[in-house]
Parts: sequence; C-alpha cells; structure tokens
Amino acid sequence: MSAPALKFASEFRDPAAARVLLAAIARKADEIGATREKPVHVMEICGGHTHSIFRYGLDKLIHDGVEFIHGPGCPVCVLPMARVDECVEIAEKPGVIFTTFGDAMRVPGHRKSLIQAKSAGADIRMVYSPLDALELARRNPGREVVFFGLGFETTTPSTALSIQQAAREGLTNFSVFCNHITVPEPIKALLDDPDMRLDGFIGPGHVSMVIGIHPYDFIAADYGKPIVVAGFEPTDLLQSVLMVLTQIAEGRAAVENQYGRVVPEHGNPVSLAAIAVVYERRPSFEWRGLGEIDASGLRIRPTYAAFDAEEKFGIGYATGRRNVPELEGCACGSVMIGKLKPTQCPQFGKGCSPEMPLGALMVSSEGACAAYWQYAGAREAAE
Amino acid sequence: MALRDTHVTMAHGGGGRAMRDLIDEVFTSVFQPPGSEDQARLMDAALQEPGARLAFTTDSFVVTPLEFPGGDIGKLAVCGTVNDLAVGGARPLWLSAAFIIEEGCEIALLRRIVGSMAAEAALAGVRIVTGDTKVVDRGKGDGVFITTAGVGVIPPGVEIGAQHIRPGDAVIVNGVLGDHGATILAARGDLALSVDLISDCAGLGHLMQAVLAAAPGLRAARDCTRGGLASALNEMAAEAGVAVELDETALPLRPEVAGVCELLGLDPLYLANEGRLVLFCPADQAEAALAAMRALPEGSGACLIGRAKDGPPGRVTLRTAFGGARLVDMLIGEQLPRIC
Amino acid sequence: MCLGIPGKITAITDAARLMAMAEISGVRREVNVACVAGVDLEALVGTWVLIHVGFAMSLIDEDEAARTLEALRDLGEAQEALEQMAAADEALA
Repeated sequence: MSAPALKFASEFRDPAAARVLLAAIARKADEIGATREKPVHVMEICGGHTHSIFRYGLDKLIHDGVEFIHGPGCPVCVLPMARVDECVEIAEKPGVIFTTFGDAMRVPGHRKSLIQAKSAGADIRMVYSPLDALELARRNPGREVVFFGLGFETTTPSTALSIQQAAREGLTNFSVFCNHITVPEPIKALLDDPDMRLDGFIGPGHVSMVIGIHPYDFIAADYGKPIVVAGFEPTDLLQSVLMVLTQIAEGRAAVENQYGRVVPEHGNPVSLAAIAVVYERRPSFEWRGLGEIDASGLRIRPTYAAFDAEEKFGIGYATGRRNVPELEGCACGSVMIGKLKPTQCPQFGKGCSPEMPLGALMVSSEGACAAYWQYAGAREAAE
Repeated sequence: MALRDTHVTMAHGGGGRAMRDLIDEVFTSVFQPPGSEDQARLMDAALQEPGARLAFTTDSFVVTPLEFPGGDIGKLAVCGTVNDLAVGGARPLWLSAAFIIEEGCEIALLRRIVGSMAAEAALAGVRIVTGDTKVVDRGKGDGVFITTAGVGVIPPGVEIGAQHIRPGDAVIVNGVLGDHGATILAARGDLALSVDLISDCAGLGHLMQAVLAAAPGLRAARDCTRGGLASALNEMAAEAGVAVELDETALPLRPEVAGVCELLGLDPLYLANEGRLVLFCPADQAEAALAAMRALPEGSGACLIGRAKDGPPGRVTLRTAFGGARLVDMLIGEQLPRIC
Repeated sequence: MCLGIPGKITAITDAARLMAMAEISGVRREVNVACVAGVDLEALVGTWVLIHVGFAMSLIDEDEAARTLEALRDLGEAQEALEQMAAADEALA
C-alpha cells in the first residue's frame, strides 16, 4: 500500500524522478570537478529545507561532491535566549493567555522554557494560527491574549493581517510579541564573513512566495553566487541543486525560480502591503550566533501600539536592550551558519541532546542538530 | 429509581446512602459483578492447567475529551487493558474498574461511559468483576479518570515476548496507523480542524488468539498506544537486541491522517492508536498470520511493514521510497505541531 | 519557517472577514484568503492555494506545476536516451 496522494505535493515526491535528478546532478558535479575532498558548498537557507533534506535522506543520496551547508533560516534557532525569557515573563503575568506555535515551546530560556513555565502554572497555549489567538481574545474578554509572533517573511503577513483584523474589531485584549525577522540581511552578513566559503544557495520557497525573488538579486549581482528559489518536496530540492550546479558549470550567477507554481516573481502584494503598514524595521536585532544585524528585525509601528506586547507590558526592546549572554559551551551560533557540523559541536550528544537541550538547534524540528540526531543517526558518532 | 440527581456531588463519594445509590444504579446494575462483597472470588479451569500462567496488568485512562468520534474513555479503558493482556499471549478473563469522578460530572455521561464499558467487555468476552468509586472536588479532576486492572490466563506452551525476536522476523500491523491520535487532535477543537475520522479503539483479544493459532511461532506483540508505532518498535527492538527496518511504502495510512500530519507537521509513526498492535513472527509464518488477521474485522487491513535484522541493537530505521534511510527514534516528550 | 501545504478552497464562509473553507486530503479548516482574494470572492471556490498557519498565501499555478513535472519527465527521457546511447556504444566497442 503506497502513501496517500496529496495533490501538488505527492507528484513531486516521485522516486523515479528523484533518481533521474540524482544522476543528472552526478554528471554535472563530475563536469565541474566537485569531489568529496573538494566539494561544492551549497547552503540551503531555510530550516524547512534542512528538514526535507534529512527526511528524504537526500544528503546521503546526493553525489559526494555536493555538500549541504545548513543555513540560519530557522527562526526558532536564531532566537536569543533573552527573548524566550521575555516570553516567559509575559506569560507569568496574571490574566495573560500566552499563545505560541508549537515550535517555540521547548526552546530553553535562562530560567525556563515555555513548556516548563506551562507546567509551573502559566496559561500558555499552543495555536496553529494567529487567527486562533484572535478567537481566544474574542472569547475571553477579561483576559489578555498575547501571540508570540515568530518567524521570517512567510509568517510575518499572517501576524500583520491578524493585527489589522483586531484593530477593525476594536479588540483591546489582544497583542503580539513581535519577533519577526527577515532573510536577506543575515545572508548578506554570511556572505561578508571571510570564513564562509559558499558556492551557491537554495533559496527559501515560502519566504519568496511573500517577498518574490528580487530581494536576492544582490547575491548574484554583488557576490557572484547562484541562488535558486526552491520548493520543499524532494524533487524540488534536487532540481534546484541541479540548477545551481548548472549555473556554476556555465560560469553564471543568477536568481532562478524553481518553485514557480507557488512563488510569483514579485511576491504577494496583499502580504507586502500588510507588512509595510503594520511593521517597521528595527535599527538592529540580535540573532543567536550572528550577533547584531542591522535592519533585520521588525517591530510594530506606533499606529498599532495598542497591539504591541512590548509596549503593553514594558518589555524587550521597548525598555532598551538587555545584554544576556548565551549559555557557556553552546556552539549553536557556529553550527547555525555552517561553520561547524552538529557532530563537531563538543556538546553534541554529551551536554546537549533532545532530552536535555542546551540550545535551540537541538530542540527545533528544523535545527540542524535535531535533524542530525533524528534522521541521520549521527548520535552513534557521538556515543 | 432512587437516583434523581443529574450531576455528581461530593455526597456521592461520601460512603453513605448517596454513594450506594450511585454505585448500584450506574455501575453494578450494568456490570453485574458476581457476589456483592468488595472482592471478587473467581476461578477458571484454565488457570489450573499445568503450565498455565496468570497474566496481570493495569492501566489508567485520562483522555480528553471524554467522548470522541469512535468511542469514549470507557471503551478505551476496557480495550486498553484487554489488549495489554492479549499481546502477552493471555486470554483476558476479568477486569476491575476504578473511577475518580470530578464533582459536577453529568450522571448521564457516566451512564454512557459505563454502557460503553459493558458493551466492550461483552465483545471481548471479559467480565468487569470489581471496582471502586471516588469523587474529588470540582477542578481536581478532568471529568472522569478510570483505572482498569485485568487478569488473564496464558495457556501452557504460549511463550511470547520481545526477547524471542530474531533477525529476519516479519513485522506486521493489523491496519491503518494514527486514526485515534488524529481523531483526538481534531476533537480537542483548539486546532479548528474538522475531519471524518473515528478512533480505531478496539479490543484485540480475538485477533491475538487467531494469530497464535495460525502462526504458533509468533515471537512478540505489543499494542501501539501513546507514542505510536515508533515507540512500540523502539522498545521491542531494544529489549530484543535487534535492529528493525521499516518500508515506508508499506506503511498503511488513511489520506485524512496523512492530511492532518502534513498540515501540522506531525509524523504519523508517533500518533497514538488504540486498536493497533505490531507483531513479530518468523518470516515463513507471515502469510499465515496475515491471512488469519484479515479474516477478522479488526485485522482487515493487516499488512507486512518491515523486518527485524542484525544491526545496532534497538535501532529502528525507515527505508524511504527513495532508497534512502532515516532513523525512527524514541519520542522525546510529546509530539507538537509545528509551522516550520 | 516553511510548513505550507496545498489545499483546495471549497466554500466562502465569511466574506466580510475574508474567510473560506479549505480542504487538504479530507481535512477541513477555515482559512483567511486576504492574500489571494480578487474582486469576486466566489471565484476562489475550486482553486488550489498554499496554506500556511491558517492563511491562503498564494494561488497555486496549475500550469506552472504541470510545466515543472514535464521538465522532470523530459529530463528522464533525455537520461534514458543517454543511457541507451551509452549502452549502444558499449555494445559496439
């Protein structure tokens, strides 16, 4: 009995097509002289791509001369511990219902993770959508509902549209703790890092469905690296790798769109408009592992201050910056930008494991360490 | 009918008249346990056969919501314990049922739950012979908690357990995976999903008897409850000291369960089942086992999904449709929906 | 940041709030269609969209999907042709 058919997904999981693509990739890799000793470094920016690569075992199936470098596109992984602390602080305030995506529940803070705060009595609820948080606010007029707005541009519009809906309805008990971040800025930071040697990029498919493909123009134009915006099914990823290798073989550097069935060239106008109206860029934002990056984080505009949890609760950037150091020994930062493989982190499997995670990369389903642990059997190397 | 209340009060747990009335009308009149003492005094000839062993198990049930498509906490409580006995090779005989009821619980709901239990017990061929009732203050319980304990007899010559599993053994399940877990997720309401799924909750006693008869070399069986198929396999593989490899293309799933998993980013291998077992048998008895299972409604979807093999003890892997392999590890904590 | 799944819009449930019913492999969930709505909301019924956290974020271009699959098929055929040529060469050698 084979897996149930999911339209517009299953067709792109065809093993026969994957075999064809793997063979084509092998030919192309040979053509450009990529070997295990001198591989082509392709960074998949998005954590969802990291997850797909491991779920389908693509890293093991692909030619030895292609090495995936797992990028920082995991919004949970780049969340500094201080922000988790601030979430817990808000959640522990009386009368608050703190709502969050499941991904953030287990990320360790300095005192507690959200799941630990929940077991200690805070009213923390997992939601699938900010719309569900809105509904909670409507049904609980006596409580303050706070939504943890986490994520890159894929998720930013849905929070913005929810805030606008709340404003239309005149809700006074709904606010968002905004941690939305943007993709192009950390990529530029990586490209400027002299230690990084990247030959090409697999671009984030769902971020691009919002922002389009032109925000990546600078990667090709200024840094001469190919970038192919990819879908999430295995043949999407493989086809995109082939397209990157083809550009390298032809000495080209361009932005290409493999995921045209979902990604419009110029993105989604409604989403972009909502983001522009509700948010503005913070001068800088702290990224775990990357430090401060200019203009990479979003905050809610003063016009929507009534829905800004930072203003409502006097927390986070609203109070001025709190410099909270990461835990000692945690190498999440280096792993996240591809400088270290998970297995090279001294804590992997020792001080840090899924049962007792030191940092976000072991907790998040997209984190490279969790993926290595879960899918790649890399913990045998650690044990 | 002496019981006129519509809701359970603290008086019903007080040991006096009110409690007697509740127990008589809601519980004992339906379960009809033998005798009227606190303890059941029982004998079954099978227990006296030389080589027979007594099997004894217990489990507690705390599911929310109490009633869900395909069942309720009562049905779960009977099937769960019957199944725990059955997968150890025992013929289930008698159950106890202890209830912790929250003040304010609707008596009509209790009656429905007890009715489910009686029906399920009859189907499984077991009797509920003793029990207990307690009432806790409002807010101190989730409506109803049920603990069942069960006693069964393992006939002489039946010797199954994970330690008997050998490399090369076939891995078989009795039907599609994850229906119960997906149903409960949808029924909780907080994810605002609606789907035409019902829990797979079912007693597997007859199924196990049929398989034991058809494939006497059966090595081991386990029911795949919390933590799903993946957790049961990890436990069994570790106990047996073998590795297990699953074939992704052979895993049976309803499209709706696949849909719920895709939407929420869940892995169906970790979803709870309440009417599913996984068993290991010698490869040359697999066909006979499958045929025996498919002859029964609770085994109509039985299929071969993998093999035990030599390899790192306790390692469970999945061969993907692509020919790749990935680890199917123990669950850490609860599986949470994700957006990334 | 990326869990998006294709689903089909089956009905408009609340035009004022731009909400519609979507179906994914038999699972139904209300989604917000602000990002994909044109002037006529009803025209969305029957279309396929990419759903992320309860929002329809993009219309799925069925032609583009078909083109991508066709490209894969072409690659497969080209590959077969190459393999046949290689086998023929070997046979001749």
